[in-house]
Amino acid sequence: MRTGTVYTDTIVHLAPERFTADVPYQVVIVTLDSGGRLTARIDGPNVAIDDKVVEVESRDGIPFFQAAPKN
Amino acid sequence: MRPVAVIGAGKTPFGAFPDKDLRTLAVTAAEKALHNANIEKTAIESFYLGNFAGPEFTSQNHLAPYVASALGMLGIPATRFEAACASSGAAFFQAYMGVASGIYDAVLVVGVEKMTNQPTARVTEILAGAGDGTGEVKAGSTFPSLFAMIARRHMHDFGTTRAHLSAVAVKNHENGALNPDAQMRKVITLEQAMNARLVAEPLNLYDCSLISDGAAAVVLCAADRAREYTDKPVKVLGVAQASDWMALDQKADITTFAAVRGAAKKAYEMAGVGPKDIQFAEVHDCFTIAEIVALEDLGFVERGRGGFFTAEGNTRRGGSKPINASGGLKSKGHPVGATGVAQICDIVQQLRCEAGDRQLKNHSLGLAQNLGGSGASCVVTILGRD
Repeated sequence: MRTGTVYTDTIVHLAPERFTADVPYQVVIVTLDSGGRLTARIDGPNVAIDDKVVEVESRDGIPFFQAAPKN
Repeated sequence: MRPVAVIGAGKTPFGAFPDKDLRTLAVTAAEKALHNANIEKTAIESFYLGNFAGPEFTSQNHLAPYVASALGMLGIPATRFEAACASSGAAFFQAYMGVASGIYDAVLVVGVEKMTNQPTARVTEILAGAGDGTGEVKAGSTFPSLFAMIARRHMHDFGTTRAHLSAVAVKNHENGALNPDAQMRKVITLEQAMNARLVAEPLNLYDCSLISDGAAAVVLCAADRAREYTDKPVKVLGVAQASDWMALDQKADITTFAAVRGAAKKAYEMAGVGPKDIQFAEVHDCFTIAEIVALEDLGFVERGRGGFFTAEGNTRRGGSKPINASGGLKSKGHPVGATGVAQICDIVQQLRCEAGDRQLKNHSLGLAQNLGGSGASCVVTILGRD
């Protein structure tokens, strides 16, 4: 699974119809360790800029990440 | 290329008008601009329409001849331009080139959007179409959330604060309260602005521009013929458009807009002026953070200082660099496709000393910055008194 660092984030409270059941939900831009960035959703507790995150799954083509376990 | 002037400007009020459809709004603004320019319709040689999402909002397409024919303008080229929130800025740029190149002597540019007939969730969805549907939007990014992510990173990198964002909203509401055509003529306090309902953190309701109906129009003419029509022509000293990546996650740095810097650089060069010479500006405050970043990208302040500069009062009407004396998109309203031309109307009003209670003391050189999407398009226009 892909790993990376949170570049920026937001918590969405007002969503389009297909996501209204999910609010509030966190969207992040992740700088991937393998290079490049992508926009993803956070699964579980909220994260902040510079936090390490790891991909947990892809649902309907949307990548979901969560906070990486702290060593 | 030859010099070009704005000879007439006209707008509808901005707001929610259930009894006025897209065409009625566009025709009303156009008729006002033509009347203001004192020009016959038969003298107009080409028609340019700026509109973002008429087909989605109103189920009507082929919008330029739809409006032009209702104006009684038949036979001339009539084309719609779409560049998200910079749609009518882009239409203005094309219209300018039509006259500057010598192909036409006089042309009409109209910007229009009809938004309030759709529920907010549907409006949110249509606006999200200005972002990249394959990545960021698919993942659940709304239009406010893209600017929320810009705000979050700007705060992280430069120390911009929640209060800085709200200072933009308070100032623009203070100005809009004096504008009879503004949608939300309401003064707000810093406390109200900081504690409103959350939309996409850190942005709340008062960080976001409005959902609006409205239209704006200008008539452009070869500068050497402008005084046949008006005693108060306004010179188009510089105008430029630039583009950039669509998705935020493709940009190296989301706290600055390359398209704004690019368009501004070209417009300044064309006009032979710099940021310090600009006395006042209408900038694209679709969200409060966008005004802060615009101040920086236009060169009015150093990188990272936009929020501090605003909180110190410099951008208020009596400040060193008045920004959005009209009330901006925040208070005046933001009928997306109308905004670019509406900004130009507001600059023209100031230059002609016709801005009433909002009239600025120094008003001979103004700039309009019209942003599309989360920065993939930008048009910068510099206007001066003749």
